[in-house]
Amino acid sequence: MKKRLRRTALYVPGNDPSMIQNAGIFGSDAIVLDLEDAVSVNEKDAARLLVRNALKNINYGNTEVIVRINSFFTPFGKDDLEIIGRAHPDGIRVPKVETIQDIQNIEKFLDRIEAEEKFEKNSIKILPSIESALGLFNVFEIAKASQRIEVINFGAEDYTADIGAERTKEGKELFDIRTRMLLAARVAGIEVQDSVFAHVRDTEGLIRETQFIKQLGFDGKSVIHPSQILPVHQVFTPSQEEIARAKRIIFAIKEAEKKKSGVISLDGRMVDAPVVAKARRVLDYAQAAGLL
Amino acid sequence: MKDQVNIGQAGTLESSDVLVFVRFSPQQKGIKIDLESPSEKCFGKMILKSIEDVLNDLGIWNIYIKVHDRGALDCTIRARVETAVKRAQKNKGEQEE
Repeated sequence: MKKRLRRTALYVPGNDPSMIQNAGIFGSDAIVLDLEDAVSVNEKDAARLLVRNALKNINYGNTEVIVRINSFFTPFGKDDLEIIGRAHPDGIRVPKVETIQDIQNIEKFLDRIEAEEKFEKNSIKILPSIESALGLFNVFEIAKASQRIEVINFGAEDYTADIGAERTKEGKELFDIRTRMLLAARVAGIEVQDSVFAHVRDTEGLIRETQFIKQLGFDGKSVIHPSQILPVHQVFTPSQEEIARAKRIIFAIKEAEKKKSGVISLDGRMVDAPVVAKARRVLDYAQAAGLL
Repeated sequence: MKDQVNIGQAGTLESSDVLVFVRFSPQQKGIKIDLESPSEKCFGKMILKSIEDVLNDLGIWNIYIKVHDRGALDCTIRARVETAVKRAQKNKGEQEE
């Protein structure tokens, strides 16, 4: 199966029919139909049914369709999962995950729903969101807690509030969580997405932040407005030089494999497994940007 | 207490949404639907059929429903009707307790 790219995950308010029906047309790699922060307490029941019906009826094409449910520590989380799980989204984004137990609770629910609905086992992914000091403290265990987890992300607003940091546009206060999230994801062999950039009109700021998180090694970013999708994708789009070099690396390694040689050199530099992995990643991003 | 009128409402008058008002009352025999929709000429029958399907699935045979459609998709109409009915039923349950 072709590897899914997760450059952008667009948040869509779960009680807004107009935005829900159009969510797939902006070209984000994923959409996150949000039942949590974007929905007021007295509309939770309405949003849940609206999103369930959308999942069953609207064709979002190749877009990964995620639903952010409410935490199991609220009166809404279990009802959300019971109803949304049966409409089979690609994944469930779980807010405020703090312990392995939080993941296990979701997993038990999904195991039962998949069996009852005769869905393929483990076909609904879990996307934990780290939003507190305790969550970050346990993130290495959380990232490995289930086969269903393919990507983790974090919520900058809740996290900075919890640790007592000042939330700035510059984001120095997020350096620690970003590097720990990244390390936890790589140790677990999964992907990692950055938090949202809340200043919708500041495209330059968005680009700067995206360049920084790409440099750190992040796979993508959550976005809160369709206008943020293209700038993020552009940052993740490799240059022609990078694409040309990646192609040459893949060609060289294929030739080497034919000759049953493990290590090769290209332009005087050694090409080994990590270099090949990076080259494949470049070509994945190039393909997603329509450059191949 | 069982003779009480119970109402529920869901949705909005925003574009692509629908505002649904429902009323259970002892006087209401059968299903009565008042529909107001910009696409009534084209899709009126389909919308009524969708509403009746939802009521059928929920086991509701006596109800009054008023629907202000703002060009909602079928799946949106169905969700709003279900929500309005469940809210009315919840109100009823709370009153009977």
